Amino acid sequence: MAGPMKMRATLAGGNTEVRVLMTHPMTTAQSGQPLHFIQNVTVKLNGRAVIEAEVSQAVSRNPVFSFRLKGGAKGDKIEVAWLDNKGESNKIETAVA
Amino acid sequence: MTRAFAAILITCFGFCAPARAQDVKTEIERYRQMVSEGSPAELFEVEGEALWKKPQGPKQASLEKCDLGLGPGVLKGAYAALPRYFKDADRVMDLETRLLHCMTTLQGRSREEATQRVFGNADRPSEMESLSAYVAAQSRGLKMAPGESHPKEKAAYELGRALYFQRAGPWDFACTSCHGEEGKRIRLQELPVLLKPENARGVVATWPAYRISTSGFITMQWRMNNCYQQMRMPEPAFGSDATVALIHFITVTGKGEVYRGPGNKR
Repeated sequence: MAGPMKMRATLAGGNTEVRVLMTHPMTTAQSGQPLHFIQNVTVKLNGRAVIEAEVSQAVSRNPVFSFRLKGGAKGDKIEVAWLDNKGESNKIETAVA
Repeated sequence: MTRAFAAILITCFGFCAPARAQDVKTEIERYRQMVSEGSPAELFEVEGEALWKKPQGPKQASLEKCDLGLGPGVLKGAYAALPRYFKDADRVMDLETRLLHCMTTLQGRSREEATQRVFGNADRPSEMESLSAYVAAQSRGLKMAPGESHPKEKAAYELGRALYFQRAGPWDFACTSCHGEEGKRIRLQELPVLLKPENARGVVATWPAYRISTSGFITMQWRMNNCYQQMRMPEPAFGSDATVALIHFITVTGKGEVYRGPGNKR
């Protein structure tokens, strides 16, 4: 089972600032262990996909992503989901504060 | 031509070296700042909360009734008041020693089983590490105020201070061998002189912490254990009077600082 995620989404100057933490080993080819890394990150705003990101092995273990979404209002639902190369996934949803 | 070059080099050595040291320091500060804004330590807090509430052991009990000093189940401010004397155990305990006490009493687990794996790694963090993160986080914004009034608390402080200076082992090392003089470091890691409140305060306010280089969570008991290992001393028992005394001594020296952990270490 995938480890915990944590997310904060706050309004700042008309934009929504999102910071999300993910638990993931992000194993690289260098480690000698089987490759295991997050490949896709999807961000949804009120159910509509607004970011589809591709992530490489270059990202650290237990990564943190932060980004700004244009607009947004208090109570808007933000969902962030990741999918790794083994097909494992996890997601978290939070309301904009 | 060669002479002019040499002259420039010498001038540069005079001025550039301190400037570079300053750059490194500010860059490390900037890096720490960036990391603290999205610290994976928070992931350990989430995991710790789940473990705190999970029924375990022969008694199938959670730790929710664990008395960390402020009453059963009181988490807010509990870490900031540790280490302290506990009447039911008749000794001074730090956070991890107290958690272990609750595991053996409330959950009915044996000490052997509960301490089988107290220090984890990046792939498999230990239960104790996640629990420490969760409990410590509930003291954020509160001043560190360890117990200092009970005779056993005073004795622990004195023992900790004595151990800090105690040279032993095959290398004849003491804590002071590395943490006794200003300006010493191992690679880029500065070694604070923990006898001075101004140095101990920042330490006390940020432990336990997420360690970036190993992607794991580290606790004060681990820090003591690992320092003794580096000094080539016999391994101290987890939660022993010696490690608790050292932690108590350092915490009392750094008392009064507002807790802002769990922090981030290099």
